[in-house]
Amino acid sequence: MTTWPILSVTTFLPLVGALIVYLSRGDDEAARRNSRWIALWTTLITFAVSVILVMRFDPSNPDFQFVEKANWLATGITYHMGVDGISLPLVILTTAVMPFCIIASWKAITSRVREYMMAFLILETLMIGTFSALDLVLFYLFFEGGLIPMFLIIGVWGGPRRVYASFKFFLYTLLGSVLMLLAIMALYWNGGTTDIPTLMHTAVPRSLQTWAWLAFFASFAVKMPMWPVHTWLPDAHVEAPTAGSVVLAAILLKMGGYGFLRFSLPMFPLASHDFAPLIFTLSAIAIIYTSLVALMQEDMKKLIAYSSVAHMGFVTMGIFAGTMQGVAGGVFQMISHGIVSGALFLCVGVVYDRLHTREIAAYGGLVNRMPLYAMTFMVFTMANVGLPGTSGFVGEFMTLLGTFKVSIPTAFFASFGVILSAAYALWLYRKVVFGALVKPSLMSMKDLTLRECVILFPMIALTILFGVYPKPVLDMSAASVQQLVNNYNTAVTAVKAAALLQ
Amino acid sequence: MSFETAGYQLAPVLPELVLAVGAMALLMLGAYRGQGTTRTVTLLAVVLLIVVGALVYMQPAGKQATFGGSFIVDDFARFMKILALIGSAVTLILSTEFLSDPSRRIFEYSILVLLSTLGMMVLISAGDLISLYLGLELMSLALYVVAASNRDNAKSTEAGLKYFVLGALSSGMLLYGASLIYGFTGTVSFTGIAAAATVSNVGLVFGLVFLLVGLCFKVSAVPFHMWTPDVYEGAPTPVTAFFASAPKVAALAVFTRVTLTAFPGILSQWQQILVFVSIASMALGSFAAIGQTNIKRLMAYSSIGHMGFALVGLASGTVEGAQGVLMYIVIYVAMTLGSFSIILAMKRNGQAVEQISDFAGLSRTNPLLAFMFAMLLFSLAGIPPLAGFFAKWYVFVAAIKANLFTLAVIGVLTSVVGAYYYLAIVKTMYFDEPAGQVDPVRIEVRTVLAVAGLFNILFALFAGPVVSVASAAAKSLF
Repeated sequence: MTTWPILSVTTFLPLVGALIVYLSRGDDEAARRNSRWIALWTTLITFAVSVILVMRFDPSNPDFQFVEKANWLATGITYHMGVDGISLPLVILTTAVMPFCIIASWKAITSRVREYMMAFLILETLMIGTFSALDLVLFYLFFEGGLIPMFLIIGVWGGPRRVYASFKFFLYTLLGSVLMLLAIMALYWNGGTTDIPTLMHTAVPRSLQTWAWLAFFASFAVKMPMWPVHTWLPDAHVEAPTAGSVVLAAILLKMGGYGFLRFSLPMFPLASHDFAPLIFTLSAIAIIYTSLVALMQEDMKKLIAYSSVAHMGFVTMGIFAGTMQGVAGGVFQMISHGIVSGALFLCVGVVYDRLHTREIAAYGGLVNRMPLYAMTFMVFTMANVGLPGTSGFVGEFMTLLGTFKVSIPTAFFASFGVILSAAYALWLYRKVVFGALVKPSLMSMKDLTLRECVILFPMIALTILFGVYPKPVLDMSAASVQQLVNNYNTAVTAVKAAALLQ
Repeated sequence: MSFETAGYQLAPVLPELVLAVGAMALLMLGAYRGQGTTRTVTLLAVVLLIVVGALVYMQPAGKQATFGGSFIVDDFARFMKILALIGSAVTLILSTEFLSDPSRRIFEYSILVLLSTLGMMVLISAGDLISLYLGLELMSLALYVVAASNRDNAKSTEAGLKYFVLGALSSGMLLYGASLIYGFTGTVSFTGIAAAATVSNVGLVFGLVFLLVGLCFKVSAVPFHMWTPDVYEGAPTPVTAFFASAPKVAALAVFTRVTLTAFPGILSQWQQILVFVSIASMALGSFAAIGQTNIKRLMAYSSIGHMGFALVGLASGTVEGAQGVLMYIVIYVAMTLGSFSIILAMKRNGQAVEQISDFAGLSRTNPLLAFMFAMLLFSLAGIPPLAGFFAKWYVFVAAIKANLFTLAVIGVLTSVVGAYYYLAIVKTMYFDEPAGQVDPVRIEVRTVLAVAGLFNILFALFAGPVVSVASAAAKSLF
């Protein structure tokens, strides 16, 4: 086994990096370059350490690994960390996306670079911590703590309506989360501890399950975001700087799905079963409604934001189907969406850096000047649509498959989302990339620079790799997902059997 | 029966005796040497407070009572006393600049703070209604004068007068309540009242209500909060910092002790009152603060809200609740002293600035100050991983255990509303354009800010020991 606390190192390395950035004083160009390089190296080293996690991870073991435990607060609240097959892919996603975010901000951020890099590094620590915390209080600490740096990132480096967007983001998420906090307290008194593995095996009374499920739902539905509490997302995405949008889409949204998988299903299986129709309905509405809304957008980022809501609808639908395919598909879809939507926001960032507008109407015919860009954008557009051969297809197909076994109407309506997503994504692509290059402002557009290629090409590789060979991700999560699904079904059938006997 | 065995030992009151004698000695020093000694007296007063704190700390663990049970020293009392002493000492340190102005060289200021602290210590240790009243009046009378210590300023004088008139009214109510309780139970000692008050009768509840009104006034809980914004705004800033910290500790301590040790038998009676008062305080503290433009007024509403949160713990009436109150008040004092040291640090061209708009762009003119204040504000809003989150956790966890779900839900929702106005200040500091340079910060203010700020940011690292101490202190009440 490990001799050093590898998971804690992964979690807190970015924080150390943030401290180093803080200590490198000065505000001249050299200091800015320093803080950029420190931030990049920190994220790269963190990623390297997290790769060790993958290599030492035992995919056949469904339980938590790399477990670390230490006394923290008295009375059953401990510092407890660990990852299983559900959280490890998300940890890797986080550490892998962060270097791209730093590189993407290399030229775009020119003011207060030090603070910007610190905010991102602190955010990385909090995000990794969220996925690897095995104590509810610790989880909440990381989960909510992420609001502070994200609030500042949107508010300080954001677009014209940044104040409105940052307040909306903060207060919306906080409102959902405080209710979850109360449910955490109720679970604490029910189980006498906030230890997540213990609580997973603690019976929760039916009435408490219902209330606690609703409270957790309030938090995760906002974070996810699910229709109708998604309205903060387009604002936050549009106003945030490119890297902020990437983090938001690729990682922060996954916290909601992760929460459903980690807490709602294992701890409140009966309530999850009872509320599954509600989730199905909301997911189906989200998929169709937000796809239709996306069709009407004039802002590129807003369009992708709405498409994110639709894709997250597939995730919630798959998770609450409670079948092996659905849950595994949900996990896969989260990873795939993390890569694809992150890359799409980066693609928008590429043209935004050149023209400083995100209006779809301001573009057209880019293929003539930017062939590389057109190719890159096309791959991610196709992945967003869910074309077979890209990672987007695998996730959508598996969640639909898993849901079909449980609720045919939901799968029926959700499959409209696939058609609609093709409509808006291809429409966006045609408007921006194809057509005649007539707008004078576009005449001098340059193709992808080396820096942009370094960011986007690995993502293309991953998108296509996971599209044709999704095994690495599926294998990593299979054992944990299987255990989760088994426990869930056992709990539900036990109650059904008891009800039949009466 | 000898004097000793009758329960009149002096050892438990040693810290109070030292404080009283020390205050007298400093008064003599000031009176004979004149106003020129202000600086020396202030310095010696801080030393005296530290010595008294050490004496309290060295007192043996466990419960001791003296003067026939009217003065109790237990873990709870020692915990609260040390906290109140820290609050007083820090405010004296923060006051040095205020007192260095030639027109305000008043050595009596430090003496009054010392006497007020003495009152707080008596109040915290009160074991019957008489010593409660004694301590309360000693504390308050000194506070009235301190509020008006900026003699040439109309607002400061108004603040002192307003505080005095309303304070006298509340003292009267408290005394009336105490007399009713005495009339219906036949005793003034808390243990005696607890033995007699097992079933509620109208007279007793009547007395209880009046007693609680007096105490609510002291912790500035709604609907007895009216004085708070005016006094906070009018009084000199170091005095406001004092009002917001040490007296709140003492008042909350006696509030906890009275309800939990004198009236455990009629919990359901005072629980209703506390639930209402804390909901009203949290709601008013959150909503009324939104429209404020003066930072001191905003802090007044913020402290009203925070007292509401602290009372959530008390309303549960359990040992967890008492622990929650203790955790809340520790963290509250640290956040408050930190915030006020920032307000004191905000000066332009030698003039103190108090408008929220004056904080605009502080993150660029003084990044460290802005960062510290932002962290304190997030902490006041209860965002993890900062200290304020743990304060809220412990009071709400007690409320949930006591099945006070409505209270808990309303409480956390108002905390979201409260987050809005704290965020608005962060927004002013970080998103807006700078409003000009601020003066260099004095060393003593910087020190206080650094200690309070680091306590607040790093609280999660050393929360364990604090929780254990608070838990032991809470258990000593039961």
